[in-house]
Amino acid sequence: MTSELDIFVGNTTLIDEDVYRLWLDGYSVTDAVALRVRSGILEQTGATAAVLQSDTMDHYRTFHMLERLLHAPPKLLHQLIFQIPPSRQALLIERYYAFDEAFVREVLGKKLSKGTKKDLDDISTKTGITLKSCRRQFDNFKRVFKVVEEMRGSLVDNIQQHFLLSDRLARDYAAIVFFANNRFETGKKKLQYLSFGDFAFCAELMIQNWTLGAVGEAPTDPDSQMDDMDMDLDKEFLQDLKELKVLVADKDLLDLHKSLVCTALRGKLGVFSEMEANFKNLSRGLVNVATKLTHNKDVRDLFVDLVEKFVEPCRSDHWPLSDVRFFLNQYSASVHSLDGFRHQALWDRYMGTLRGCLLRLYHD
Amino acid sequence: MPGKLKVKIVAGRHLPVMDRASDLTDAFVEVKFGNTTFKTDVYLKSLNPQWNSEWFKFEVDDEDLQDEPLQITVLDHDTYSANDAIGKVYIDIDPLLYSEAATVISGWFPIYDTIHGIRGEINVVVKVDLFNDLNRFRQSSCGVKFFCTTSIPKCYRAVIIHGFVEELVVNEDPEYQWIDRIRTPRASNEARQRLISLMSGELQRKIGLKVLEMRGNAVVGYLQCFDLEGESGLVVRAIGTACTLDKLSSPAAFLPACNSPSKEMKESPLVHPPSHGCRSTHNSPIHTATGSRLTQNFSVSVPTLIYTGMGSGSAGKEGGPFKALLRQQTQSALEQREFPFFTLTAFPPGFLVHVGGVVSARSVKLLDRIHNPDEPETRDAWWAEIRQEIKSHAKALGCHAVVGYSESTSICEEVCILSASGTAAVLNPRFLQDGTVEGCLEQRLEENLPTRCGFCHIPYDELNMPFPAHLTYCYNCRKQKVPDVLFTTIDLPTDATVIGKGCLIQARLCRLKKKAQAEANATAISNLLPFMEYEVHTQLMNKLKLKGMNALFGLRIQITVGENMLMGLASATGVYLAALPTPGGIQIAGKTPNDGSYEQHISHMQKKINDTIAKNKELYEINPPEISEEIIGSPIPEPRQRSRLLRSQSESSDEVTELDLSHGKKDAFVLEIDDTDAMEDVHSLLTDVPPPSGFYSCNTEIMPGINNWTSEIQMFTSVRVIRLSSLNLTNQALNKNFNDLCENLLKSLYFKLRSMIPCCLCHVNFTVSLPEDELIQVTVTAVAITFDKNQALQTTKTPVEKSLQRASTDNEELLQFPLELCSDSLPSHPFPPAKEHLESASSNSGIPAAQRATSVDYSSFADRCSSWIELIKLKAQTIRRGSIKTTVTVEKASPVGDGNFRNRSAPPCANSTVGVVKMTPLSFIPGAKITKYLGIINMFFIRETTSLREEGGVSGFLHAFIAEVFAMVRAHVAALGGNAVVSYIMKQCVFMENPNKNQAQCLINVSGDAVVFVRESDLEVVSSQQPTINCQSSCTEGEVTT
Repeated sequence: MTSELDIFVGNTTLIDEDVYRLWLDGYSVTDAVALRVRSGILEQTGATAAVLQSDTMDHYRTFHMLERLLHAPPKLLHQLIFQIPPSRQALLIERYYAFDEAFVREVLGKKLSKGTKKDLDDISTKTGITLKSCRRQFDNFKRVFKVVEEMRGSLVDNIQQHFLLSDRLARDYAAIVFFANNRFETGKKKLQYLSFGDFAFCAELMIQNWTLGAVGEAPTDPDSQMDDMDMDLDKEFLQDLKELKVLVADKDLLDLHKSLVCTALRGKLGVFSEMEANFKNLSRGLVNVATKLTHNKDVRDLFVDLVEKFVEPCRSDHWPLSDVRFFLNQYSASVHSLDGFRHQALWDRYMGTLRGCLLRLYHD
Repeated sequence: MPGKLKVKIVAGRHLPVMDRASDLTDAFVEVKFGNTTFKTDVYLKSLNPQWNSEWFKFEVDDEDLQDEPLQITVLDHDTYSANDAIGKVYIDIDPLLYSEAATVISGWFPIYDTIHGIRGEINVVVKVDLFNDLNRFRQSSCGVKFFCTTSIPKCYRAVIIHGFVEELVVNEDPEYQWIDRIRTPRASNEARQRLISLMSGELQRKIGLKVLEMRGNAVVGYLQCFDLEGESGLVVRAIGTACTLDKLSSPAAFLPACNSPSKEMKESPLVHPPSHGCRSTHNSPIHTATGSRLTQNFSVSVPTLIYTGMGSGSAGKEGGPFKALLRQQTQSALEQREFPFFTLTAFPPGFLVHVGGVVSARSVKLLDRIHNPDEPETRDAWWAEIRQEIKSHAKALGCHAVVGYSESTSICEEVCILSASGTAAVLNPRFLQDGTVEGCLEQRLEENLPTRCGFCHIPYDELNMPFPAHLTYCYNCRKQKVPDVLFTTIDLPTDATVIGKGCLIQARLCRLKKKAQAEANATAISNLLPFMEYEVHTQLMNKLKLKGMNALFGLRIQITVGENMLMGLASATGVYLAALPTPGGIQIAGKTPNDGSYEQHISHMQKKINDTIAKNKELYEINPPEISEEIIGSPIPEPRQRSRLLRSQSESSDEVTELDLSHGKKDAFVLEIDDTDAMEDVHSLLTDVPPPSGFYSCNTEIMPGINNWTSEIQMFTSVRVIRLSSLNLTNQALNKNFNDLCENLLKSLYFKLRSMIPCCLCHVNFTVSLPEDELIQVTVTAVAITFDKNQALQTTKTPVEKSLQRASTDNEELLQFPLELCSDSLPSHPFPPAKEHLESASSNSGIPAAQRATSVDYSSFADRCSSWIELIKLKAQTIRRGSIKTTVTVEKASPVGDGNFRNRSAPPCANSTVGVVKMTPLSFIPGAKITKYLGIINMFFIRETTSLREEGGVSGFLHAFIAEVFAMVRAHVAALGGNAVVSYIMKQCVFMENPNKNQAQCLINVSGDAVVFVRESDLEVVSSQQPTINCQSSCTEGEVTT
């Protein structure tokens, strides 16, 4: 006796959260059944393995049919075939677009292209995430990227509107899209200690302050506006950053800056002497990062540079985080007292974001 | 030209890409009704076209309005080649033809293609302007309301329940026409869908005409079925119960669209014809074998065999004169040709007086091509013959009517088994013709509480019993006699006293049969049938005993015929009726008592059985109050034959006395193990596992013993097909396979729905089919309803329960002061029957005298029937519609008038998400009140694929199709302005596959009643908000309506 056909269709589509998770994690029906057996569900419910197999198959089939709709979540809301309560719809979408930290760290900043997709095998082996799940996550990134790529307006809003994600998840996707678009390097060994959350935090600050959308240069001239508002860094701003060079090139200005910072921080910093000794190096590092951002290559290496030029030197001198904060605050603020320096607004736009990023990046 | 149909095509969405080059579609729409077609403009390059068309107007006869579906075809325009069809929508406009149902159909409909499934949606608005028609000889029956619900619909009151209506129409099946060889599968499927739609429209119209003839205005319990007879044609048949319904809370507003039955009735009350469906005849040369009755309460018809050579063949040849003869005979026989059948399964309180038992009849026929579709008398004759048999079985049980009546067929190649079954019953005649249903009902409740055991009392003569039965005095009233077990096809009457909870009981059976042709095959089948019926009954009885229960409700026995086997599946809900005696246990008797080890084995089994019974009693909370022998009084003298289930009766009598009957003096059923077969049976008894804790299941509307339902419901359909390995085809192996299939299916359901615990599976409906040699298909539709475990019954008393409780207390008083009550009740009868003095001695039972008059002491049958008909005639003259009291109904009357409101939780234009449409096989929605019936939904779909593997194999294909069917039902209901389908049923699910060709085809037929319901908690709020909500409902998707 073999079961040829075995289906269950509810007027309200049944969604089993546990099975959904197994499906999203890319387990085959057999593996999923085995995992469910291990979870002790048979003992709890008194069901048999055959029942579990049939149930799992049913859910997998349903998810498979839903997947097409999940690719365009608004369709899931308007379709008539599956009657699913709104809260369940939200859960389906949210879980489908959720991603693994380990996976996202592997592809963050990479071009979402076929080439990268081919590497998924390696990523799967490396992270222990099933290839199927890797594919889904990668395809999600790519799909979101494709949809919002050409769109104007707030990146987060666009993502939320077209994929109906929660605020938190939409922000994460904004970061992923932003990183993919600007191709920031995140894979270097030096950067391995950073989490996706660290990068996402920085991405959000950068989107808020360093993109065209940030300055509110709204569609005054829609034709020439080829750059995406939230996805690309403000080219003009990057060009202007060259003006900051004077802060380290002009020796008087640099000395004055240093003395201002030192005066303000004397006695307040545990690592004062180290700071005093390293000030010029650190300042040169931070300003040089700014002046180089006109080159795409250097934009990509932004995080590598920040870690190399600032995080690592401080860390080697064992600066506590509070001292880093004191220093960066004072370092940015003191520039306002430099009479010869005319680019205060530019400095604030640069340093305000950078300070936030550095504080986030500064950990073990 | 009595009607104008107006259609507007608004927009489409989610259309498929038809032009690969541009990834877009140039869509336009054809709107067709009858032979008239309109087209919209082509909306270029869009997957979400906005046609916003003008109103397309069709001027049509109302006959066509009833028959024809509105056909909407969405196409992709192609400049150079033929336009490609995207898909179709068929809209049944019938609901727009009753004055009280929907006024507009407006909403998003899935665009359906028989090859590709649902491909996007289209927004359509449909309206009908009906002109009054004065033509008396018209062929239409607009205004007759149809309900699938097998009880009086919730917001109506039955003025008169007229009785049985039936009709059938036949046609050639387009799938088998010669043209099918050259046309595409799509064209063939669409021709079939359209034909069936047309035929069911025609059928409904014809039934409607019969109802109007009977002066009714509605059909309740309408059941329409298709017989796909293959080469020999397509039969669409329907049965129902004609009623005159009155809308509750707005009695004055009621008038059917085209007719005023009440008025005409006053003018000519006597023409009321009690008979119907007279076209059928008994005159065809039919060979009828004589029947033999098996075991109690269960009269089995012996199958009738018809040889086509003599049967339909001769009728066809002799055409003209034969027909004339028929007509003559029909005329003269009109008086006797009555079928007092009712498709209802639940009744107004007091309607049902006594229940005799299940009556069923089957007959095996050989199909022959239907030569003339306009004269379907062969099929008519077949059914007439079966109905006649049912009627005579009912008579044998001392009953004048059959309730819970249904008909079904099973077809395999050229053999067809026709089945009919119902419950023989004695009805209160006043309900059939009296206008004062509520009035007398109220009286009864107020002054003369009925014994809730009345329906259990035997209707037949004790001394002249139709079958061996064991009678005792009723355990409730202790005056009347009751059988020890009661089988019925109806729902448990609301006023019945039940101890503990009920449970689903199934008997499953397979029998191998040799492959044979034509007559030989039919003979083989008809020879097997009685044995199957007997065994099914034995199984049911044993399982019932094992559960410690004494009555079955909702019994449905399905016999399915296949190429090389017959399958029997009986489902029912077992309960413990307080009025019936405690069931005895099951006793096992070995055949060779001297063998020591064998006896040990036997006693081991016996212990297991006893344990199971004890466990079941605990599980279903069956703790009947102990009644000492003195109160019951002396037992009725032993009947000549005790009811026992014996394989061989002769040997058992000695052993019975020897064995220690653990169930005291109660008669135990003796199961004798004399061969391996019997062993199997005993084993199979014990393999049925009870549902996991927190779960209950039943196949009736509601679960006896549970009434604190909460509002969560989940309707589902589950289908399983197994392939038998041809090697082990023995009866035992087959039985085991089939048993496992059903048990596993149930287990799966319990597992899947575990999140709803505590819950009950209600209206569990199993259907078995044998699509191919080694395939068994089981389809289950049911609804899971949650209930509140903690909430005590006392705190959730509905009016019914309150009255029940009151009834029970009153009943105790009644027992203490019988004489007082009796004298009280007597003068209150408006209708003192002449025979009353006969019963005065026993009248303290509390049965209204009128009821007693029809139920007790009948020596002659003809006498009873004629007196009943007299009564009907008498009452027909005294119908008074105005004086009806409407206060005593189960539900409280709706405070809001004609319900215009819809489910507030899902206003369609508040946010653009899809409104929720509930579906349930039950006639009600827990925690909610049905405020309006919008018309019946009756839909037929075909889906075919030539890329089975790509669609996920057979499971993927059928899963998607059923989901699509649900979606289309919901969309139609939503477009009618409804938010639920009640009495939903999947009548047919025919699945055929050809994996080698990568092909599969499936036909599904579903029906139900579209309704508007309001949550009881929302009622007050809604009534104040009515205007806004009304506005919302009429402006679905913004600018749709005018």
